[in-house]
Amino acid sequence: MPETLAPASVTSPRTLRSVIAASSVGTLIEWYDFYIFGSLSAIISTQFFPKDNPTAALLSALAVFAAGFIVRPFGALVFGRLGDIVGRKYTFMVTLLLMGGSTFLIGLIPGYESWGMLSPLLVLLLRLIQGLALGGEYGGAATYVAEYAPPERRGYFTSWIQTTATLGLFLSLAVIVATRKILGVEDFESWGWRIPFLVSIVLVGTSVFIRLKMNESPVFSKLKTEGKVSKNPLAESFGKRENLKMVLLALLGATAGQGVVWYTGQFYALSFIQKVGHVDFEQSSEIVAIALALATGGFVLFGWLSDRWGRKVIILGGMALAVLTYRPLYQQMYALTDVSTKTEVSTQTSIQNQSTTQVTSYTDGSQVQKISVNNSQGTEVKYVLSLGNTGYWTMVLLIWIQVLYVTMVYGPIAAFLVEMFPTRIRYTSMSLPYHIGNGIFGGLTPFLAVALVEKATANQESQPYLAGLWYPILVAAICFIIGFIYLSSRNRIHE
Amino acid sequence: MNSLKKILGFCWIALGLYIGYDRIVDSLHKIASPQLDDRIFGWVVLLVLTPIIVAGLVLFGYYSLKGEYDEQTN
Repeated sequence: MPETLAPASVTSPRTLRSVIAASSVGTLIEWYDFYIFGSLSAIISTQFFPKDNPTAALLSALAVFAAGFIVRPFGALVFGRLGDIVGRKYTFMVTLLLMGGSTFLIGLIPGYESWGMLSPLLVLLLRLIQGLALGGEYGGAATYVAEYAPPERRGYFTSWIQTTATLGLFLSLAVIVATRKILGVEDFESWGWRIPFLVSIVLVGTSVFIRLKMNESPVFSKLKTEGKVSKNPLAESFGKRENLKMVLLALLGATAGQGVVWYTGQFYALSFIQKVGHVDFEQSSEIVAIALALATGGFVLFGWLSDRWGRKVIILGGMALAVLTYRPLYQQMYALTDVSTKTEVSTQTSIQNQSTTQVTSYTDGSQVQKISVNNSQGTEVKYVLSLGNTGYWTMVLLIWIQVLYVTMVYGPIAAFLVEMFPTRIRYTSMSLPYHIGNGIFGGLTPFLAVALVEKATANQESQPYLAGLWYPILVAAICFIIGFIYLSSRNRIHE
Repeated sequence: MNSLKKILGFCWIALGLYIGYDRIVDSLHKIASPQLDDRIFGWVVLLVLTPIIVAGLVLFGYYSLKGEYDEQTN
């Protein structure tokens, strides 16, 4: 495929800053909207999807899987096509409105007890719209910024868009934790969980207002004026061998590995310390939120470096580090929560109605609450661990390292994808490998990892808690090999 | 490098077919599970993840074998 250098951009720094701000704020809100559903899934299940109703339980599982993974690539196709025909600006305005509207409505729907099966059906429908909207948003925002940015600084400017996925997660955790602290656990679980959903409408309104003032991307406008806009971007993107081979290379040599590193560092890590380490919900959320906040600058740093060193070396470097260090990192995380190796200081027991709570303190400052509740099915035992100061900050460091890998693989990926495809089919062509890599390869990481841990536990393997890492390690390793051999070291500047 | 890409083309096709076989066997176990979440997860792996991996790797391997990626290093 021939490479041509793009003409120097004439966009003023002020316009460029406005473009980046408008695109990033909107994408940040989309990620926030998408994550609050996932972060509040336990409460949402009790409100809309009671386990004793098999149909509601089925809808619950579909809401988790279908919206998170399956619908996103469809959103990429639907909105990517629209973006390549109608324009970037119009399309990502539509996705923003769809996402904000559906998030707000989820916050308004009465629970299963009031509306019966209509409630879970509506929630599932809105969750599917969220997935579709997310599938369309990212490609539009990344393409829009990239088409404004001067080619030699494309990695740096698009890296601001890359911060939004992490900041969206951070914002969702922060709003949830703050609302929970202000209202108290009982009120939060009863009605306060709706607040993070309802807040979205204010954020979306602000973002729509900002985006309305923006103009269409200059590169796309030029294409439109010249009458060179693609009439069928889907057929052109995936029906032509010379473009399909690049879509496959983008997926197997970059986005699949990037997706698993992303989900391992930001989601599986949280799930691991909560479920395997039994770390308290609020403390574990705080730990991840701090690590995310401290590492976020890495997106911009590595985006900027990718303009100098090339996208390939940074993205593949992040994958290689993940492959080599995931097991020792998770071994350390496990060790921090393993109370069998800690020295006990004191134990206190309290009995209340049907429950017994035993609090054990350890020399490193950590505490374990063993809560035994007697119910009709027997005794249910729950462990909640609060890490001591040293353990807390060591855990932050271990997750920060993983998020740093995320910033390496993810920071330059927008520029990398944008440069792989020509303007007339760029939105469509880059969105699909991105959302298959992230949504399907990445999104399934926590589920496949848990399945691997269960299998290893059943087979009585040693260190079964590390078995879940084989999936991200293998995908990232294959992706590294493909990327190393097949991707060009030079930044492909393809207009 | 171009010869290596051609040889690797066979490897990607073989890997795609092996992963496809492995995932089908594994997801059929999940689909037979009494747990609803497991069954849905099994179907997602069988109908979504497996076809993407198999078709992706086999087609990528085929293109590699045909020399479609040779120009990347030129």
